[in-house]
Amino acid sequence: MSIFVDKNTKLVVQGITGSEGMFHTRASIEYGTNVVAGVTPGKGGQKMDNVPVFNTVEDAVKIAGANTSVIFVPPPFAADAIMEAADAGIKMIVAITEGIPVLDMYRVKNYLKDKGCRLIGPNCPGIITPGECKIGIMPGIIHKPGGPIGVVSRSGTLTYEVVDQLTKNGFGQTTVIGLGGDPVNGTNFIDCLDAFQKDPATKGVVMVGEIGGDAEEKACEFIKANVTMPVIGFICGITAPPGRRMGHAGAIISGGAGTAQGKIAAMKDAKVNVCENLGTFGELAVKVFKNLK
Amino acid sequence: MKIHEYQAKALFRKYGVPVPEGGPAFSVDEATEIAAGLGGYPVVVKAQIHAGGRGKGGGVKLAKSHEEAKEYASQILGMTLITKQTGPEGKLVKRLLVEKGCNIAKELYFSVLPDRSNAKICLMASEAGGMSIEEVAAETPEKIIKVYVDPLLGIMPYHTRALAFKLNIPKAGMKQFGQLVNGLYNLSMEYDCSLVEINPLVITKEDEIIAIDGKVNFDDNALFRHKDIMEFRDLDEEDPLEVEASKFNLNYIKLDGNVGNMVNGAGLAMATMDTIMLAGAEPANFLDVGGGANAEQVKNAFQIMLSDPNVKAVLINIFGGILRCDRLAEGVVNAAKEVGLNVPVVIRMEGTNVEIGRKILAESGLQLISAVDMKDAAIKVAAAVKS
Repeated sequence: MSIFVDKNTKLVVQGITGSEGMFHTRASIEYGTNVVAGVTPGKGGQKMDNVPVFNTVEDAVKIAGANTSVIFVPPPFAADAIMEAADAGIKMIVAITEGIPVLDMYRVKNYLKDKGCRLIGPNCPGIITPGECKIGIMPGIIHKPGGPIGVVSRSGTLTYEVVDQLTKNGFGQTTVIGLGGDPVNGTNFIDCLDAFQKDPATKGVVMVGEIGGDAEEKACEFIKANVTMPVIGFICGITAPPGRRMGHAGAIISGGAGTAQGKIAAMKDAKVNVCENLGTFGELAVKVFKNLK
Repeated sequence: MKIHEYQAKALFRKYGVPVPEGGPAFSVDEATEIAAGLGGYPVVVKAQIHAGGRGKGGGVKLAKSHEEAKEYASQILGMTLITKQTGPEGKLVKRLLVEKGCNIAKELYFSVLPDRSNAKICLMASEAGGMSIEEVAAETPEKIIKVYVDPLLGIMPYHTRALAFKLNIPKAGMKQFGQLVNGLYNLSMEYDCSLVEINPLVITKEDEIIAIDGKVNFDDNALFRHKDIMEFRDLDEEDPLEVEASKFNLNYIKLDGNVGNMVNGAGLAMATMDTIMLAGAEPANFLDVGGGANAEQVKNAFQIMLSDPNVKAVLINIFGGILRCDRLAEGVVNAAKEVGLNVPVVIRMEGTNVEIGRKILAESGLQLISAVDMKDAAIKVAAAVKS
């Protein structure tokens, strides 16, 4: 079992003929993902390897039966691509693109409200259900299929670090989701925690947050009320200076809000097992999850 | 990206937002010339730096005569202004804004800022203008008015009315206030502003509404579609190493410690900084080389990191996903050969092509300290910086 994506996922890659799109489509296919279509406006009728390319997402849905989309479209055009996918009836959209103007995402977020679809990202590594379906840019090889741990994270390479330490200590993953480093994104911690709680195969969760915003604090309120399985939490950015954007558009401490200290306190209050030092995450995982293997 | 007050006011004018008459000056002569052309005194002489709290630091003065204007202009221009936002080292003042004074009856606060928690645009206002809005929020939160606008709908007359009534705008100023709110909202949307703030927004004794201050910040992600704003960029206000890094599309932020670090990915970079601190040392920078970096970019990153004279040791932490370890290793070897290594370097690599990467480093003949994991790396670099 898993959440959001699995063997039944039929993927369309928006921006499939670009260098990033092409590279990661090949890696996904190699991993076993069912890629049914690509979209690049003006290149309809061509093929990328054996994947048919269409001009519109609508065609990819109608002709190739796509039900999930991944977006590798450059930042100026990415918001448009997300809305096109939603309009074509895609129910799961994974936006990898980094650097989308923030206000574009405000419009997207409001537009998607009544569309009944889930957006993951943008500016995220994607989502993977190990052994079944890899959507995005994460290295497939570090993951271990079969669960029992679910991972949800705001970061990219930091997620790989956590997954790698889980795998090396013998813990597989049900699903690993990168929420993305932008201030406004689609799926949040609560959506994933809720889905993991309801997934019978997931027995423990790792939640990786960072400075900026209040998503972690809200998630901790949710954990207090709804999550019964053990959770390990990690927050990066204890040393980040206020008022400076730490790479991610969303990672900024402003007006005293969004500090790592505040988030760690919220986690402790919600009985989350806080990992204080990423270097020792593996040891903590063994301690907290030892009865779950 | 940040801009100066006088540049923000130029944008305000473009959007029909009333600002005092006046203009920027780069010399004392220019400043007195502008003052003389304003048709009478008092005039205000304001230091132009990218930091708040200028008034308290002595960077804003009210001149009642030509002589005073000259005196204040020569005082402020060239001074090192220290405010709570500049840090103890202060900022050298190279530009002034000279403006006509006005008869202030009341000071308000007004801002337009995107609210990430609900993806709406927040119009925030208060009758407690002229003081720090963070203080108002902490001490008298009831004095802060918030009106939210759906960016798909845009600003409506009822939004403006709600603000005007709650702020007790005098009847004679209603129409002007409406134009001002619309103008600032449109400016914010059309220029992808991450903040538009006026503190204070003034109601004069003549019932006129004037923005006597102005602060506008822009979303860096959207600058590609605002070439005119890029001309407002003032490199004097930025750290030279950060400017250099931005040329190569590197995310670099200079900090106060002495352990240089180079990481791929912003989250892992922050976590690496934290781990360095936990090992008892201080990071000298934040440096994210990005997911798709090539050997050339790694080399540039390495050079920038090492040109900070405070750096006494270096930690490289790479989790190769898209950025392959062999590329990283090539970049490090090239950079080390070009700039020379005069500080100890600890490398921790994991992920794609890690074996090839390790081989490249081992065969390079460079004196590198390799680490097996993050904890090991942090301990080794902390020890290196102490020795």
